[in-house]
Amino acid sequence: MDSIKHFIFGDFNLVDAIPKEMVTLGGAIGITLGLLSILGLVTYFKKWGYLWKNWFTTIDHKKIGVMYIIVAVVMLLRGFADVIMMRLQQATSVGSSQGLFTADTFQQVFSAHGTIMIFFVAMGLMFGLINIVVPLQIGARDVAFPAVNAISFWLFAAGMVLINTSMLLGEFSAAGWLAYPPLSGIEFSPGVGVDYWIWALQVAGIGTTLSGVNFLVTIMKMRAPGMKLMKMPIFTWSVLITMVMVISVFPILTGTLGMLSLDRLMGMHFFTAGGGGNMMMYVNLIWAWGHPEVYILVLPAFGALSDIVATYSRKKLFGYPSMVWALAAIAFFSMIVWLHHFFTMGAGSEVNAFFGITTMIIAIPTGVKIFNWLFTMARGRVRFDSPMVWFIGFVFLFTVGGMTGVMLAVPALDYQVHNSLFLVAHFHNTIIAGVVFGLFAGVTYWFPKVFGFTLHEGLGKAAAWLWFIGFAFAFGPLYVLGLMGATRRLDHYAESTGWQPLFLVAGFGAALIGVGIVCQLLQVVISIKNRKKNLDKTGDPWNGRTLEWAVPSPAPFYNFPAIPNVTSRDAFWQAKQTKTPLWRDSDIVDIHMPKNTSIGVVIAGLAFVVGFAIVWHIVWLAVVGLVAIIVSVIVRATNDDTSYTITREELLAMEKEHKQRYTA
Amino acid sequence: MSQVKISTADNRTLLGFWIYLMTDCVLFGSLFATYAVLHQNTFGGPSGQDLFELPYVLVETLLLLTSSFTAGVAILAAKAGRKKQVIGWLVATLLLGLSFLVMEIVEFQEILSSGYSWETSGFLSSFFTLVATHGAHITIGLIWIGVMVWRVWKLGITQGNLRRLMIFSLFWHFLDVVWIFIFTIVYLMGVIGI
Repeated sequence: MDSIKHFIFGDFNLVDAIPKEMVTLGGAIGITLGLLSILGLVTYFKKWGYLWKNWFTTIDHKKIGVMYIIVAVVMLLRGFADVIMMRLQQATSVGSSQGLFTADTFQQVFSAHGTIMIFFVAMGLMFGLINIVVPLQIGARDVAFPAVNAISFWLFAAGMVLINTSMLLGEFSAAGWLAYPPLSGIEFSPGVGVDYWIWALQVAGIGTTLSGVNFLVTIMKMRAPGMKLMKMPIFTWSVLITMVMVISVFPILTGTLGMLSLDRLMGMHFFTAGGGGNMMMYVNLIWAWGHPEVYILVLPAFGALSDIVATYSRKKLFGYPSMVWALAAIAFFSMIVWLHHFFTMGAGSEVNAFFGITTMIIAIPTGVKIFNWLFTMARGRVRFDSPMVWFIGFVFLFTVGGMTGVMLAVPALDYQVHNSLFLVAHFHNTIIAGVVFGLFAGVTYWFPKVFGFTLHEGLGKAAAWLWFIGFAFAFGPLYVLGLMGATRRLDHYAESTGWQPLFLVAGFGAALIGVGIVCQLLQVVISIKNRKKNLDKTGDPWNGRTLEWAVPSPAPFYNFPAIPNVTSRDAFWQAKQTKTPLWRDSDIVDIHMPKNTSIGVVIAGLAFVVGFAIVWHIVWLAVVGLVAIIVSVIVRATNDDTSYTITREELLAMEKEHKQRYTA
Repeated sequence: MSQVKISTADNRTLLGFWIYLMTDCVLFGSLFATYAVLHQNTFGGPSGQDLFELPYVLVETLLLLTSSFTAGVAILAAKAGRKKQVIGWLVATLLLGLSFLVMEIVEFQEILSSGYSWETSGFLSSFFTLVATHGAHITIGLIWIGVMVWRVWKLGITQGNLRRLMIFSLFWHFLDVVWIFIFTIVYLMGVIGI
């Protein structure tokens, strides 16, 4: 009987799987109720058909981009809830007080925070923007492989669901966001937490690799005629280079997670302490992916800011070729610096010196970019709309983060502050002030292109300032604490250290950032409510320079009625100056558009099932899921009927409708 | 029968598949790197010199190389529009690939039956993972050939089928190249004991 039960359910047992800790249980109940009420509302308003037809099966890159951003925002709230818990714990767990959470809960919280913020917030915002903007900027109607794009998004969503399932059923990893063995090995983490971590990232990571292939081909093969590589908008350049990095390093993540999983599931000895394993090999492999990954996040943010600064300064970007070469140089160097994450491994002074120097060199192309942005602003008629406010915060704070990065690149200094809060402050300084501010600016900037109205300015600026000031309060003290010797991931410390006041200040800073997030949510709600007042009637609300502003807002599903002819870098700006249209009605011909497909939801749903089955050792379910994935791929790949035609007459009618909408 | 042409969209697919293969190449690269680090860590278990039999592996290699040749001929036949030849050469590729896979499984079985497994040592963990990952790719390739035989049989050599055959042959040749590296780095160097 027991063996049959074990065959069917594996290690899964509902009673044991429900969280016992009050905090986790509360969170689990909250998530369940939230989910149920959303499902209830959708059913009540009979929106399932609408959602399925217009969103779940869509292959429109703009809608997929919007879904990425929605997931990222929800996950930002989840990750920020973790922030509140960490700040509360570190502010109160001093001396005789044990704080609010047990050490184990605290470890799960910081592991979840790091994983969620990087993989499901930063990556989600980034791929959201890339999806929305890139095809429009290069004058294309969609990406190269629209169905694969849907699969990528849904795999990302499946990973997100898997990571949140860990909160309801079982536990999450307590081994940090990169799960170093031997701690993450089966001996020291016997529960399902690390498996949830592995399979959430594995599923989402494969989606990212597919996106990398997709956008690389899109940019290489689908640019409008005349758009040579050196005439591409700089955001597209940053995406091209980022995608080269994605395809170069994400397979390493796939391989490394696979090997860690084999260690845990099949008793292999890749990274175990005994049995001829080598745990430092894991650290090398994971950072061979992980270091380029942080540049994968930041380069598109650089690209977005480059377009934004040029637009709001009403000047062409200063030093375009040097911007491109700086991007390429950063990408190249990012792949030969990974060892700086573990100078203390003891590889010897020559090795450490090599990696220290290559790390410092990255500051040079990054500096080139900072100066180019400032020179773009110089003598421009700069408008300080909220994307520019984000940019100003970025310039000041990101530069500080870059400088502390150069400090950490010195091996001798790194030995002192390795794994301290100084490091924690440094990488938040680059990822929040660099990636997050840049992507927020991008979202504000391109928002009207998707939704047809602009975001509320006042709340946007208030949010930006709250983030800047909150950031200084939250992470300034962490630099100091790190120099005083406070290590990262600390769930308790002695009163005699005198650290508590600084932790309280950091908590205050986090609260300010929280108010900033509330402002952003309000901004969206109020903007939707007042959308009639903020309609973008021209399609070009910021006096833009690149092709995406040449189409109406919201952009029609086919993007361009005719593929524009490009002659210069700022193609749309040129067209406005010389008053020559980018296309004429006579250029419009019949076009082919891809049909909607459920393949993304199907494959990702099955991938979730496989992941869940492996986490709980339900062998038959994993096998069935894998076979079903192979069958659905075959069914999809042998389908020749994947596109439909829109005739010239239909296009002309829709174009006329767009024109009349706001002139009437 | 007239020749079938390759369109812009097909070129896009070919480039996309080519780039996908490069990501696969990086995946194999990390497995090779792992093998390079761990191959001396026999932890009291057998080493490559104890386990590998070169003549056996040479036969495996020849089977796979020949299957690459027959896959190439199948593509030439497809471009010339000769349906029956395409099916014949594809079936030959399928049989050769299947024999390779069976030989590999037999080799694994022998190691297991002599009391060793992937749990024995870091060396055997990385050996099994690297070689079985290649084997899993071969299995996918065999399924792919089966589907293509059925499609060509049913629909003939359409533009879509030609595109699918061409990306299949990219995949198959790629696996051949990976195997050459496995043959050299794992088996040849293993028997020499480097």
